[in-house]
Amino acid sequence: MESEFLSTMTLTFKLAAITTAILLFIAIPLASFIVFSKIRFKSVIETIVSMPLVLPPSVLGFYLLIAFSPSSAIGTFLGDRGIHLAFSFEGLVVGSVLFSLPFMVHPIQAALSQVPHSIFEAAYTLGKSKIQTMFHVILPTIRHGLISGMVLAFAHTVGEFGVILMIGGNIPGETRVASIAIYDEVESLNYAVAHQYALTLFVVTFAILLLVYTLNKKSFEGTR
Amino acid sequence: MISINITKDLNTADGALEAHFNLDINENEFLTLFGSSGAGKTTLMRLIAGLEKPKSGRIEVHGEVWFDSVKRINLPPQKRSVGFVFQDYALFPTMSVKENLLFAAENNEQRKNVDQLIEMIELTSLANRLPYSLSGGQKQRVALARALVRQPKILLLDEPLSALDPAMRQKLQNELALLHNKLGVTTLLVSHDIAETVKLSNRLASVVAGRIVKVCPPMDFFTSHTLSGKLQLIGEVLKIEEDFPITVVTLLVGSSVVKTVISCMEAEQFQIGSQAIISSKAFNPILMPVH
Repeated sequence: MESEFLSTMTLTFKLAAITTAILLFIAIPLASFIVFSKIRFKSVIETIVSMPLVLPPSVLGFYLLIAFSPSSAIGTFLGDRGIHLAFSFEGLVVGSVLFSLPFMVHPIQAALSQVPHSIFEAAYTLGKSKIQTMFHVILPTIRHGLISGMVLAFAHTVGEFGVILMIGGNIPGETRVASIAIYDEVESLNYAVAHQYALTLFVVTFAILLLVYTLNKKSFEGTR
Repeated sequence: MISINITKDLNTADGALEAHFNLDINENEFLTLFGSSGAGKTTLMRLIAGLEKPKSGRIEVHGEVWFDSVKRINLPPQKRSVGFVFQDYALFPTMSVKENLLFAAENNEQRKNVDQLIEMIELTSLANRLPYSLSGGQKQRVALARALVRQPKILLLDEPLSALDPAMRQKLQNELALLHNKLGVTTLLVSHDIAETVKLSNRLASVVAGRIVKVCPPMDFFTSHTLSGKLQLIGEVLKIEEDFPITVVTLLVGSSVVKTVISCMEAEQFQIGSQAIISSKAFNPILMPVH
């Protein structure tokens, strides 16, 4: 029992950590694109990014499940290469990345749009390339947005239920994350175990958020 | 020698127009672009720095072509040796004063000069402070020093002192003049402050609706259209009170407020905020020492 609890919790936080890391790589260029691009279909991209905020998780989960299934074109394509996303940990990562996308993109987007344009131009006139400017000037400047995005994406992935249930099912050690385990234990009337999961999630998420907001507040006071 | 001959479509408050800037700047010169808001002064600076692209023409700096629409040359801002001081200073908020300057340095020699530059702007004691903790005048000095780190061929100052109070403004004007004398860097300043222009620049280029209409020493520009007055003061109209048949005009000259009387008909030429010249015959003013 104890080992099952531990493996479920490990899996939950592993999923959240991997999802957050991948999202960070995707969200920075995506948010920059949304803020700085002047092309016409930009609002379409913004809409797609924000969709998970309003869409029932089961809708996204349902379509992902269909896409991942071996009978679909995507599923066949991936299956031929030995990748099986339906009812697997990798599938959960893909689903969580899509579902937590707005939670990472929005804070970064908001922070980027606050940076005065002259900051970019000052760096360019000092001979710095766009990449150098991004890494040395802009990313440090928007670090509060990056931290908020990472915390929100992490917490949201830990708390995700619907998408995971649809595409991952409830396989212990593979796709059974804490939120699913709670549901499962309650269904089986194992309230004690459900409490163990629920309280752990409660305390851990509270601690992470508290830590980040405390740190963020301190460093925020340091720059403004 | 810097020669500029470019066109650019401008969107001004009075509608779209094609600007045509034709200007030669001598080496080591301090030249001020003077004109009202929206005339295209800042645009010209941005075109020189490569932050905006001209529609056509050519920009050549000390024999190096920065832009040529015929030969399709357009150096990016990174490749142009400019020092740009922005109106809002644009200091990097997460870097200290010293780090802001070090970030600009390209080689060890420039890195070594950073301490000297910080000393020159008298901010040695604040070298490790972050920009948010500096006053407007201090930020302005950091921005100026940062723009000088790479020893640019041309220093572009976009209304650098406009956000400061008059006393700080005057102090920085003096510092800027000293700095220019010392370093001799070719400088282009955007300003609509007459005193500042006269104090700092060798020549003035008057910009009106996207054209450079006159280039001359600043004193010639401000005094050419005047009477045979021997005493001349330039001031800003603060208040116009009509009291037929006379009008009382209140002006700000330097930091003093002066009242003078003109006829109601003459008053029609002036608006509040416009610049005016007060002149007087040589034997008229009474001069007294201040105790």
